[in-house]
Amino acid sequence: MYYFFAVVKQPVVFLCFFLLAICSQAKVITVCEDCEIDNISVAVAQAQPHDTILFEAGRYSAVNIELVKPVTLIGRKGAELDGEAKGYILKILADSISVQGLRLLNAGKSYTKDFAAIYTYRAEHFTISKNEIVGPFFGLLIEKSSNGLISNNTIYGQSIREDDSGNGIHLWHCKNVLVSGNEIYGLRDGIYLEFVENSTIRENFSHDNIRYGLHFMFSNNDKYIGNTFQNNGSGVAVMFSKFIVMKNNLFVKNWGTASYGLLLKEIYDAEVQENQFIENTIAVFTEGSTRVNYLNNHFERNGWAIKVSGGCYTNIFAMNNFLGNSFDVSYNSKMNDNKFEGNYWGSYNGYDLDKDGRGDVPHRPVKLFSYVVNETPETVILLRSLFVDIINFSEKVSPVFTPDELVDLSPSMTQF
Amino acid sequence: MIKILRYSFYDLARSRWSYIYFLFYLLLGFVLLFLNSNLSKAIITLMNIIIVLTPMIGTIFGVMYFYSSREFTELLLAQPIKRGTIFLGQYLGIATSLSLSLLAGLGIPFLIYGVWQSSEIWNFGMLLVAGTFLTFIFVALSINISLKNENKIKGFGYAILLWLFLAVIYDGIFMISLVVFDDYPLDQFTLLASMLNPIDLSRILILLKLDISALLGYTGAVFSKFFGTGMGTVISFTVLVIWTFIPAWSMLKIAGKKDF
Repeated sequence: MYYFFAVVKQPVVFLCFFLLAICSQAKVITVCEDCEIDNISVAVAQAQPHDTILFEAGRYSAVNIELVKPVTLIGRKGAELDGEAKGYILKILADSISVQGLRLLNAGKSYTKDFAAIYTYRAEHFTISKNEIVGPFFGLLIEKSSNGLISNNTIYGQSIREDDSGNGIHLWHCKNVLVSGNEIYGLRDGIYLEFVENSTIRENFSHDNIRYGLHFMFSNNDKYIGNTFQNNGSGVAVMFSKFIVMKNNLFVKNWGTASYGLLLKEIYDAEVQENQFIENTIAVFTEGSTRVNYLNNHFERNGWAIKVSGGCYTNIFAMNNFLGNSFDVSYNSKMNDNKFEGNYWGSYNGYDLDKDGRGDVPHRPVKLFSYVVNETPETVILLRSLFVDIINFSEKVSPVFTPDELVDLSPSMTQF
Repeated sequence: MIKILRYSFYDLARSRWSYIYFLFYLLLGFVLLFLNSNLSKAIITLMNIIIVLTPMIGTIFGVMYFYSSREFTELLLAQPIKRGTIFLGQYLGIATSLSLSLLAGLGIPFLIYGVWQSSEIWNFGMLLVAGTFLTFIFVALSINISLKNENKIKGFGYAILLWLFLAVIYDGIFMISLVVFDDYPLDQFTLLASMLNPIDLSRILILLKLDISALLGYTGAVFSKFFGTGMGTVISFTVLVIWTFIPAWSMLKIAGKKDF
């Protein structure tokens, strides 16, 4: 062992080893329109494990191409794989496969099969990056795979209806996958995760999808960090999951009668931190979620900043900013087991005589009108009526209907 | 009639109160746009003010002007002029001058801030139309009250009460009935109840035009469906027109019978 390292230390010897490694193993198969190999199926058939297939600019027909050995597919600028609207384009069915820099178009569409531009099944160490996928049914459909990287892809379609469109990146029963830097728009769900563990969704931009920007189901121990979700049909939904970390995301303009920034349903032990919620109909809608910490978030100009429905216990809301929301907090019951502490409320009108940065008068974020609207949704038609302002004021002076203990005892005087 | 209208109008145009009213809106418009140059947000804030203030000013101004110009009215009555002409002229004079204060006061700052190029022009137009309708409606109502009551204090009291009823109490009754009859389908009732009050109707017409309407959820959808159609728009404007005509007509009727 020691001897080996001593040899490697010498640059010339190292270089020889390196060249040897390249020459003896991986070879590069170039595919172009005038080359000896001008078609993807021949290239894939000829390739030995760990070979690279390089696509020069041009359009190549690719229908249900199965990759069953570890190969690397690299597209030069202008290289396109055309699925001819017949089915899948690429199927990744072995470990250590990498697909990069390709433009995939015309994947098939079906009402019985989940056709995808790139379908991955039982693969490990896969890499899918810098591809552009145009108008797919499903963009990337990854099943029972692990240790993968999905990065910097652009996936877009022109879906109009939920029932005849697929998801951009769909992960099912996966582990340890990093999804980062992708842009997804015009599909059903931007990113969909079901039974996915220990994965990270980072810095993606999911916008203008007809249903959710991100959709989480039964996925534990995942993180999503620094993503932007904008103008999606109904925002981001996280359901039936444990130990999720949501940090630094931006939820913007998920606006419409059935929209929210973030929907949490049956979530346990999650962290919602440093996110920004701007102009969503309902910024955070939470139902049956317990032990969730909402810290340092920024809620601005939303319809409802936080709407708490039944069965939410021991959640903590601290150090958040609430600015210009029509309703800051809405509750549907008089019971409260959640804690509001040290938030900045734009609507707070108390004072701070001892100058410790904390208001001396407790703040009650639930307005009477939001309580009434919860009871009888039709009354929302009285929004912005003078009568509503008057009853809100009187309730604030002496709370009768709104939860008594729902109060921020030390509201911050300055914005975080 | 035009002569009387012109006289009333100029009389008011010379008075300090019209200028104060005009300057108030001018200042309000500039301050709002200065603090928040987002036109859409400014329109929402303005809506809150307009739907409360125009009816109130209309009512108080109408009563005040009518009581103070009573002697002049009696003088006119002694002339060979039709009663209807006199009262209609006076009514239109007051309402027009108030509306002009509103239109000019808000129009100038918003035009300077470029509402004409913005997509908000329709919403802003809607706001001004609603404000004008409210002025005409409430001036007519207030003249009715002052014709019925010789006693100024009583007249003022009723006028304020009327404003309070339509601006606040009506909504309270509306809300309570919605809460009480929660178990019944309430869409039709909500539509009808908001039609019956010009303040509510104007508020909802403006709200539906703004993107805040998404908050109205299901009820909002019912309303948008109704008001969004050509029929709904026609109906709601017809209701506003009826709301203007009925008090004006009853004013003429009372004036025709009244013994001065």
